[in-house]
Amino acid sequence: MNFSWADVGYYIPELIMLGTFIGCIVLDLVIPKRTKLVFGKLLAGTVLATIVALVKPPVGEHFIFGQMMVVDSFSHFFRLVFLGVTLVTAIFSFSSREIMGRDRENQSEFYAMLALMCFGMMSMASAADVVMLALTIELVSITSYVLAGFARFSLRSSEAAMKYVLWGAVSSGVMFYGISLFYGLTGETNFAAIRDGLAASSGHELTILVGVIFVMAGIGYKISAVPFHFWTPDVYEGSPTPVTALFAAGPKAAGFALLIRFFYTTLVGGDGGATVEVLRNVQWDMVLAILSAVTMTWGNLAALRQDNVKRMLAYSSIAHVGYLLMGFVLLTQSGLQAILFYLLVYAIMTLGSFLVVIALNNRMGSEDIDDYAGLGFREPVLGIAMFVFLISLTGLPPTAGFIGKFYLFAAAVEMNMWWLAILGVLNSVVSLYYYMRVAKAMYFTPAPEGQTGRLGLAVPHVALVVLLVIPTLVLGVYWSPIKAFADRSVVGFWG
Amino acid sequence: MLELAPGANSSLLTLMTFFPLLGAAIIAFLPGSQKQMHRYVALGFTFVPMALAVFLMLGFDRTTTEIQFWTQVPWISAFNIEYFIGVDGISVTMVLLTAFLSFLCVIASWGIEKATKGYFALFLLLETGMMGVFVALDFFLFYVFWEVMLLPMYFLIGIWGGPRKEYAAIKFFLYTLAGSVLMLLVMIALYFNVSDPVTGEHTFNLLHMMDQANHGTWMLDPNIRHLLFLGLFVGFAIKVPIVPFHTWLPDAHVEAPTAVSVILAGVLLKMGTYGILRICFPILPDAAAWFSWSLAILGAINIVYGAMCALAQTDMKKLVAYSSVSHMGYVLLGMAVFNEAGITGAVLQMFNHGTITAMLFLMVGVIYDRAHHREIEGFGGMMRVMPRYGTMFSLALFAALGLPGLSGFVGEAFVFVGAFQVYKVITIVSAIGIVLGAGYVLWMLQRVFLGPTNEKYADLPDINMREMISVVPIAVVVILFGVYPMPLIEMIRTSLVHLISVVPL
Repeated sequence: MNFSWADVGYYIPELIMLGTFIGCIVLDLVIPKRTKLVFGKLLAGTVLATIVALVKPPVGEHFIFGQMMVVDSFSHFFRLVFLGVTLVTAIFSFSSREIMGRDRENQSEFYAMLALMCFGMMSMASAADVVMLALTIELVSITSYVLAGFARFSLRSSEAAMKYVLWGAVSSGVMFYGISLFYGLTGETNFAAIRDGLAASSGHELTILVGVIFVMAGIGYKISAVPFHFWTPDVYEGSPTPVTALFAAGPKAAGFALLIRFFYTTLVGGDGGATVEVLRNVQWDMVLAILSAVTMTWGNLAALRQDNVKRMLAYSSIAHVGYLLMGFVLLTQSGLQAILFYLLVYAIMTLGSFLVVIALNNRMGSEDIDDYAGLGFREPVLGIAMFVFLISLTGLPPTAGFIGKFYLFAAAVEMNMWWLAILGVLNSVVSLYYYMRVAKAMYFTPAPEGQTGRLGLAVPHVALVVLLVIPTLVLGVYWSPIKAFADRSVVGFWG
Repeated sequence: MLELAPGANSSLLTLMTFFPLLGAAIIAFLPGSQKQMHRYVALGFTFVPMALAVFLMLGFDRTTTEIQFWTQVPWISAFNIEYFIGVDGISVTMVLLTAFLSFLCVIASWGIEKATKGYFALFLLLETGMMGVFVALDFFLFYVFWEVMLLPMYFLIGIWGGPRKEYAAIKFFLYTLAGSVLMLLVMIALYFNVSDPVTGEHTFNLLHMMDQANHGTWMLDPNIRHLLFLGLFVGFAIKVPIVPFHTWLPDAHVEAPTAVSVILAGVLLKMGTYGILRICFPILPDAAAWFSWSLAILGAINIVYGAMCALAQTDMKKLVAYSSVSHMGYVLLGMAVFNEAGITGAVLQMFNHGTITAMLFLMVGVIYDRAHHREIEGFGGMMRVMPRYGTMFSLALFAALGLPGLSGFVGEAFVFVGAFQVYKVITIVSAIGIVLGAGYVLWMLQRVFLGPTNEKYADLPDINMREMISVVPIAVVVILFGVYPMPLIEMIRTSLVHLISVVPL
């Protein structure tokens, strides 16, 4: 392993986030009443990292730190997504009662953890070696456990953290076992080297299949695909809402980044999407298609029965994983491009809808759909914003969600994957019902007696929500530049 | 193959489509308490498209099949999506109808007191959606407008509707979306299998899709073409609505406020049949021919079943709603026969049903505002109490049953003349619908307006000035096109003759 200082140059945004984390910890230790400072530090660090990332987009592929990581346009795309998600989450956490309430004694640690998690996710999207894969997954997971249990006096939050840890431990174990099989077969840890090793070997089909399935299970847990999703509803419901928003948008995208990177360099890559010889006998595109179909259907059907908005959004996030996997099944360039575009759109609309939930929770302390009655008239801006996010999640024009889904379905139809496409659109119809339950409560059901005035929401809250509504609508009408950016980000896999 | 008319881009249709949207934006920024202001802004911003519609009507060349008043601008060039709009004989009458009814519906909505800001903003958004559907010539654009229209409709029914508004609103939304997602998939499939003759790239351009020479090899298989046709057809059939997809309609119509019912029946239902004429038939003409007899049977079922249901209703609004099911059946029957009389009758019926049913819903709304119920049995002798109202309502009812001299007759007559040449048995069965239609119309007329006066309602005020203003223009159109339908026929005929010429029977 050789180290060169030139490598560091490609890793600056990540290092800034790491520095931010350390800075936050140190500030937290030395200065009293420091929450505001730590928060400011995190904001500054994230913004700085974003600027650096934007100013110096990577050109071509750069393997750094002895082939452990790769910096290319793909990791660049995810870098920006994670930085954006972190920024939005941080700002919203700062005014969230669940994080900044008087009874929280460890407020500033939250922002340190956020910085660390961002660092972990960014590294995850750059991992090019199974060792790095394991490290980054654990880094993101462990910070997730801490954040999930952040409200440590809340029974729900503690339960969420515990469940998360147990599920996380088991699935990591399974995944690492699968990776060890690849290592055993090839003696390599680098993604590309494993691919070459597998191509050269023969007669280990079963071993490879078991390895693929185990790795898939591990990533499936991270992205909460059925049947590895059981932790999701409880963790999402129990965690403080800003953390839930982060979970739904951040680690999930990181999981997809890893999924794509690992499968496309280890098993698919090389000659334009052709599977490695040994895997030709396994119809694993069919396996993935079934995974996608089950995930979206299960998520949607389960969401139908939820009365808690947060829990409903948790199930809906599972359903969205199903849609996203649709793009992965096809092993086409347009499929991957659709995934990236959708991940971005999904992050915006999911953050947006959770932010509305947070804003209402701050005032009402409840997330029950019934408690949303009449809110559309009491808080018109928030109501309209929520409606825009909901129809975007359903996938109706003129919103970004429609365009995202359009590309996913188009990718499926292009490959004549008709049954999956039809299932996908029918699932959208099902999802309309539960999303509109929220709209129905907000607009059709009158507010309870004596509760007709404004809620008195903080102006920055509403402003941030509006800031997320704008791209949701604008990307629904004109999305060329962003789509082109997403398209460029995956071409590396086709050489 | 449809061509673009020579000449430069025209911004007329763009103005007509997006002017209401501008109005909606303005209303959104007005304070919520300025109710009168909301009404006047809405009135102004629906009046302009109507005024422009007059220019459209006068400037429209009746002798050509070409696309007129078109605008074509690239929108998302990476996916060859264009902002491409224009009208021909099939769409022009629908555009006129939309502009006309939207304006009158704002007048009819004057009495809305609850959250006027939201109501009129959504109403204007709805007009943009409807207008866009009728002028779009790019499939993607068409789809966007088609869906955009659902959102305001959902709220208009759900917030301002009757007792079961929540159920009706979500049912309408779910039904229509279920249909349109299938359309979405077919649209994508067409995109990947139709190529632009100039660039060779995939395209959403409906005119390119209509040219069979641009279809790829995948689309040569008749079975695939039949499936594509079905996918599109189901989406449109839910909107029409064709039995058995009609169950959303009575709920939505009954619960919606009066003006929204007018728009629903007057314009939205036509989108279904318009979609079939604009998209299903010309893009997949051979499949259309293959399915023609099933369409005719579905049409006959609609006519008879709708009329029988109407006969059984005790609620006036529900009766009118089911009469729409029946009347849309004539449209379907006329379209299914692919001869000049039939298809001209179908489009005439689309326009005329739009005006007649609008009048009926407005009339039902008038009495509901006074008596606060719509039970047919609850009234009696209303002709003595409200003579002017009774006259207008009777006019609408007679037009609905197809009395010669009123516009309802013309379309139905054309449809039967066309259909009888092709499907004798089906046409004879459908004719039962006329008898049943006369039955439910006259029976209702008798129970509500004739007989002894119900003392409870003896002092109801007659129809007032504002209500007259909203309904008299429609009555004029109904009588005018009943006596002299030629202007309307001339407008649509050239395009329709061309349309049936591409269907290989």
